[in-house]
Amino acid sequence: MSVEKPGLGAGEELLAVRDLTVTFPTGDGDVHAVRGVDYTLRRGEVLGIVGESGSGKSVSSLAVMGLLPKTARIEGSITFQGEELLGLSERKLMKVRGKKIAMIFQDPMTSLNPVYKIGFQLEEAILAHNDLPKQQARKRTLELLETVGIPFPEKRIDQFPHEFSGGMRQRVVIAIAMANNPDVIIADEPTTALDVTVQAQVLESLRVAQRETGAAMVLITHDLGVVAGQADRVLVMYAGKPVEIGTVDDIYYNPRMPYTLGLLGSLPRLDANRAERLTPIQGAPPSLLSLPPGCPFMPRCPLAREMCAEQEPELLPTDDPDHAAACHYSALLAGKKAEEVFVVSAADTDLPESYGAEVAGVTGEIATVPEQPKAEQAE
Amino acid sequence: MSTTDTPTDASTAGEPILSVRRLVKEFPIKSHSVVRRTVGAVHAVSGVSFDIFSGQTLGLVGESGCGKTTTSRAILHLQPATSGEVVFQGRDVTKMSKGDLRRMRRNMQIVFQDPYASLNPRITVSEIIAEPLKIHGLYRGGGRAQVAELMSLVGLNPEHGNRFPHEFSGGQRQRIGIARALALKPKVLVLDEPVSALDVSIQAGVINLLEDLQDELGLAYLFVAHDLSVVRHIADRVAVMYLGKIVEVADTESLFERSQHPYTKALISAIPIPDPRRERERERILVQGDVPSPANPPSGCRFRTRCPLRMTLSETDAARCADEEPALVDRGLGPQHLTACHFAESES
Amino acid sequence: MPSRVNTAGDTLDSAARQAARTNREFAVKARTQRQIVFTRFRRHKAALLSLVVFVLVVLFAFIGPYLWHTSDTFMSNDIYTAPDAAHPFGTDSNGIDMMASVMQGTKSSLIIAVTVSVAATTIGAIYGAVSGFYGGWTDTILMRIADLFLTFPIIAVAIMLDNRFAAEASSLWLLILVLAALFWPGAARVIRAQVLSLKEKEFIEAARALGARDRRIIFRHLLPNTLGSIIVIATLTVAGTILTETALSFLGFGVQFPNTSLGLLVTNNQTAIEGGHPWLFYIPGVFIILIALTINFIGDGLRDAFDPQQTRVRA
Repeated sequence: MSVEKPGLGAGEELLAVRDLTVTFPTGDGDVHAVRGVDYTLRRGEVLGIVGESGSGKSVSSLAVMGLLPKTARIEGSITFQGEELLGLSERKLMKVRGKKIAMIFQDPMTSLNPVYKIGFQLEEAILAHNDLPKQQARKRTLELLETVGIPFPEKRIDQFPHEFSGGMRQRVVIAIAMANNPDVIIADEPTTALDVTVQAQVLESLRVAQRETGAAMVLITHDLGVVAGQADRVLVMYAGKPVEIGTVDDIYYNPRMPYTLGLLGSLPRLDANRAERLTPIQGAPPSLLSLPPGCPFMPRCPLAREMCAEQEPELLPTDDPDHAAACHYSALLAGKKAEEVFVVSAADTDLPESYGAEVAGVTGEIATVPEQPKAEQAE
Repeated sequence: MSTTDTPTDASTAGEPILSVRRLVKEFPIKSHSVVRRTVGAVHAVSGVSFDIFSGQTLGLVGESGCGKTTTSRAILHLQPATSGEVVFQGRDVTKMSKGDLRRMRRNMQIVFQDPYASLNPRITVSEIIAEPLKIHGLYRGGGRAQVAELMSLVGLNPEHGNRFPHEFSGGQRQRIGIARALALKPKVLVLDEPVSALDVSIQAGVINLLEDLQDELGLAYLFVAHDLSVVRHIADRVAVMYLGKIVEVADTESLFERSQHPYTKALISAIPIPDPRRERERERILVQGDVPSPANPPSGCRFRTRCPLRMTLSETDAARCADEEPALVDRGLGPQHLTACHFAESES
Repeated sequence: MPSRVNTAGDTLDSAARQAARTNREFAVKARTQRQIVFTRFRRHKAALLSLVVFVLVVLFAFIGPYLWHTSDTFMSNDIYTAPDAAHPFGTDSNGIDMMASVMQGTKSSLIIAVTVSVAATTIGAIYGAVSGFYGGWTDTILMRIADLFLTFPIIAVAIMLDNRFAAEASSLWLLILVLAALFWPGAARVIRAQVLSLKEKEFIEAARALGARDRRIIFRHLLPNTLGSIIVIATLTVAGTILTETALSFLGFGVQFPNTSLGLLVTNNQTAIEGGHPWLFYIPGVFIILIALTINFIGDGLRDAFDPQQTRVRA
């Protein structure tokens, strides 16, 4: 069910995700966190995965890295350089993790071990996959610190994580990710917790890391500004499924899925005219516990019609074969602006139809707050 | 009064509804021995002054540790200021008696950042909104109707009043918080990052609501945020804070189009724009290093340790940054546009 | 419903959306916080079983006497009979039916325990909340006072006071007072800890910003949000009281005649094992253990139900 056509830029195919499904069993039923994700990642390109709470963007990447809890049921296929990752033993996975596929998480404080020096942690990452004499490892460590822009690396190599600021820590994490020249770097909300000037620094480090290693990168975030500046291609996720995929220009200038359009229209922009009203999207993302048939975006979609309630749209190509959208009426959106499609109101009267479940072993954006019960439909 | 004290907006006739003068807030650092002596202080806010006018929004922006949240709490006396004045309609809030202060609360209210922690999970939404009325003895004789009206005002269905906060979405909970803040008909609303914790598609709804309410009710907003895109959209005037001080304040368009202070310029250039072509063309000003500790801020200009402009200055000029603290004054580079930099230059 | 805009001349089918909404309404049920707690509790098998057993014990103690053929004051001629059909728990040295005795004893123990629990938990919770709320010197002083109560060696003092004094001070109320004094500091500590973290939450700051007085914040905002802990503490205090009362009985400072309790029964029949009628000792003992165990499990289940441990995975 892939929409990717080879020929979109050079570069071998490194990572292929096909029909990835992740389900978490809970006391209240199954939570379908990811419901069929497809994408291909080529060497040197940056794929941005955007989505809001409950979209499934983080879970799908955790699945690629094999970091989901054992209770998760994962189906589909994740192939890295032709080799199937799903179902691999932990031992074999460990060889891939860190060396071929590196991951950067949101909170640098929990990614780094507070009781070991930074230099030690970096060396450890290097020595885990390479048989090098200590001296060489240390040299490489210094090189890496300098590459990511840490000033005075000779001094900082012997410092502990708490002596670094948040932005610096994240850069150390990037250095660790780079340490073994991975083929793929997965960055999950790497700058969300950081101030904006620090974010700029860290994104710069990330760009350098990608350039130096020649790796492909998956950048997961909810920040559409960050994606616009970093990504070559963008995958938009909603309620566990990709709803639009294309080049970054396609997505931002010619969105064909109402959600994407609404999302872009709801952003206040630094360069915008103050008088323009923002176009919010009514309602809230649905619960992944018991998704009814049809398009999950339907209750919030101004274009919704009968077919939308009956059949969930597939991700199909639009005029451009490399640009696909999951909407029965994607053609209607050609050339439209957000305020032409969405009403610019300020009310928000419908109660969320259902809220996340509490998952034994898994909560979070699936259940945005752990004790949310489900609410009745408002009427 | 020195020029740093009066950033006035002459374009609006009349007096400001709220004036903050030389606000200082320091948190003592105590030693951990048996006898806890004060060994230092965190200079969270070091002399902040500004005016807010009815029907207008002043945006207060800055990154973490700049003191904007502390400022907002000090204004409402939720955390008493160390020194300075907060003058509401001629009366200084910092000098009020407890009783007067309680009555004063009716005029200035606050909306918090976290929609999940700012509402008591154990009482119904109607009770949450009714509470301010009950506290001030205004509930009898039409309180219930008032609550229903407030709910409609913020775009919620009044029939849902008997439900609990957890049955609402994040955006709706924030609206409940707004309704609660409006119950006493305040004149000034302090908004502490009111949309930061919301999903992007939901932020827009709340922002629109806040704009509508301001037009309808003539409220004055102090909009504290780190997200400059949002501030640009909603604020009339913006003050930029760094390490406890205001480094620049101007009308919104002036600030964004013709920023003068190096920090402001770096801040603006760092903000990503959801527009790939523009992002590709942009030139980023990267600030070096980390924010110094507010317990030990740099002498003179607090931004000098990271200032990209300073690195281009001659030695004598650069020394001035360390020796002399730049005053927040009008440097003749724009109307009502104050900057705290010795070498500020306007740039479009 | 807010009105929507027409796009490209298409009419929006609100009926279709309405239909979809109705479907969703039946797909998802409403649940209140209380229901969630009950559901979680039901998953805790040990707690559920314990609840059933405990309810049976309560019925036994309170309804039993009305259904049973004898009372615990009737002295028959059957002295020291082993358990049989007429006397399932046997009889004691005075021919009194043990089953009736145990019923009364259980009832009395439970009433004392519940009273102590309510008193200790209420006092402790308010004390802890006030202490935590004000902090600073108030908190320090109040907590040191509570510590005094905690460290007070009540058992040792009871021994010192000896039986004579105990007999004079045989008022049930004094016993309840002493027991409550033992348990309230524990409650205070737990509630204080919760309040310390709760008071940083924004809804407390919001109440302050509205002008709420301290009393309102403590009783309307802080304490109701500690309800989970309070219920758990109250439950566990019941068990603790029964056990402590038994210990005090052994030392002669527990419940005295004409009142009865399980502890008293056990104490009075200490020598029953050697005397050849072990059931007189074991049966009330088993009841004590049973009650304490079941209540502990219930308390465990409640604690889990109010505050489950969960790992988080972001979507």
